[in-house]
Amino acid sequence: MTILIRYTREDAGAHPSNAHAAYASTLKRAPRQALIRLEQTLSEITGPHFDREPVSAADADLSRWNGGEALGERIVVTGRVLDEDARPIRGTFVEIWQANAAGRYAHDVDQHNAPLDPHFCGVGRVMTDEHGVYRFLTVKPGAYPWRNHYNAWRPQHIHFSLFGPSFATRLVTQMYFPGDPLLALDPIFNSVPDTDARRRLVAAFDIDVTMPEYALGYRFDIVLRGRDATPMEA
Amino acid sequence: MRLRQTPSQTVGPFFSKALLHEGWNDLAARGAVGQAIVITGRVLDGDGAPVPDALLEIWQANAAGRYDHPDDTRDTPLDPHFSGFGRVGTDAQGRFRFRTIKPGPVLGVGASLQAPHINVSVFARGLLKRLVTRIYFPDEPLNAHDPVLNLLPDTARRATLIARPAEGESKLELHFDIVLQGDYETVFFDI
Repeated sequence: MTILIRYTREDAGAHPSNAHAAYASTLKRAPRQALIRLEQTLSEITGPHFDREPVSAADADLSRWNGGEALGERIVVTGRVLDEDARPIRGTFVEIWQANAAGRYAHDVDQHNAPLDPHFCGVGRVMTDEHGVYRFLTVKPGAYPWRNHYNAWRPQHIHFSLFGPSFATRLVTQMYFPGDPLLALDPIFNSVPDTDARRRLVAAFDIDVTMPEYALGYRFDIVLRGRDATPMEA
Repeated sequence: MRLRQTPSQTVGPFFSKALLHEGWNDLAARGAVGQAIVITGRVLDGDGAPVPDALLEIWQANAAGRYDHPDDTRDTPLDPHFSGFGRVGTDAQGRFRFRTIKPGPVLGVGASLQAPHINVSVFARGLLKRLVTRIYFPDEPLNAHDPVLNLLPDTARRATLIARPAEGESKLELHFDIVLQGDYETVFFDI
């Protein structure tokens, strides 16, 4: 009989619960019933790959678009995608999206009265390399207001979407910037229950990633659920 | 060294340009083997109001019940024209539509066999982490023995996982609503 690998469960302290009253949009959207716990089967330990996706070097460069350079502070964002045993996750698909330097998304739904930038689309994607490393060149996103409560502003952030090796390891998250005074006030960031876990959402400024005369560097490693140490029979 | 997981955060309302692409809601587009089906539905909130900014991801086995993944090591054939992954967003009325093929049954825990099902991830503004559910098929004899459906003794809860034939349509079109909260709340899984 086949021996299946299993993935660790969600680390309860690390992840928010969907019901989080301070984030108003959760009130009518968070399920009320308890989740039904499944033993992992082939359905959960397998997952999509993106070998057929045409991902080019240009997809990792958000700093220019439509024949010109985006306005704003140029930054490099790089890091490794790892599992909980610090093993690199190679060839996994990483997608990002963000507001422009003025805090405006190139998106129909975004009605914030800040200028669009014709040379910034705010969308990027890469495959991690053999060391699990991804790297984007972009501009630092602006903060923006979001009406969750009086005078609510989202801290500067970049959205990340990752797959890892299985359906179980899927993660959508947000990367924040060190020293942002809005972090302490943000219900989405503070939905993460423990302080140490919140800290893992904040990138580190890194002078070694910084490109002289060109762009500041930030490092943001991402840890996905790892393998469970005790394989079980299928 | 044991590292700790990076926390989940909401997908927010502005993901569509980054994550939704032409054709990603048609898993059968490359001529996959199997019975082509269309699945339509709505995503609804606790007031029954449409959720216009949800993202659904589909992951499923091929018509023979094989996942296109190295850890599915069974000798069931792969289909070179079927990857098993799809994505679709909801429209202003909370509606979604995707086209795929009916998957075959898949091995479960122990010697059990799982009835044909489609694994679904749900993301949305207001969801701080993804929800996982499954779409099962109506009139499927294997449903009675499915180990996951059988975790749900309450028939009303169990029924939230089973698609129904779309009204007035051919039986190749199915309907599946995802209710995030409330009386008809869809069953979501901790995997």
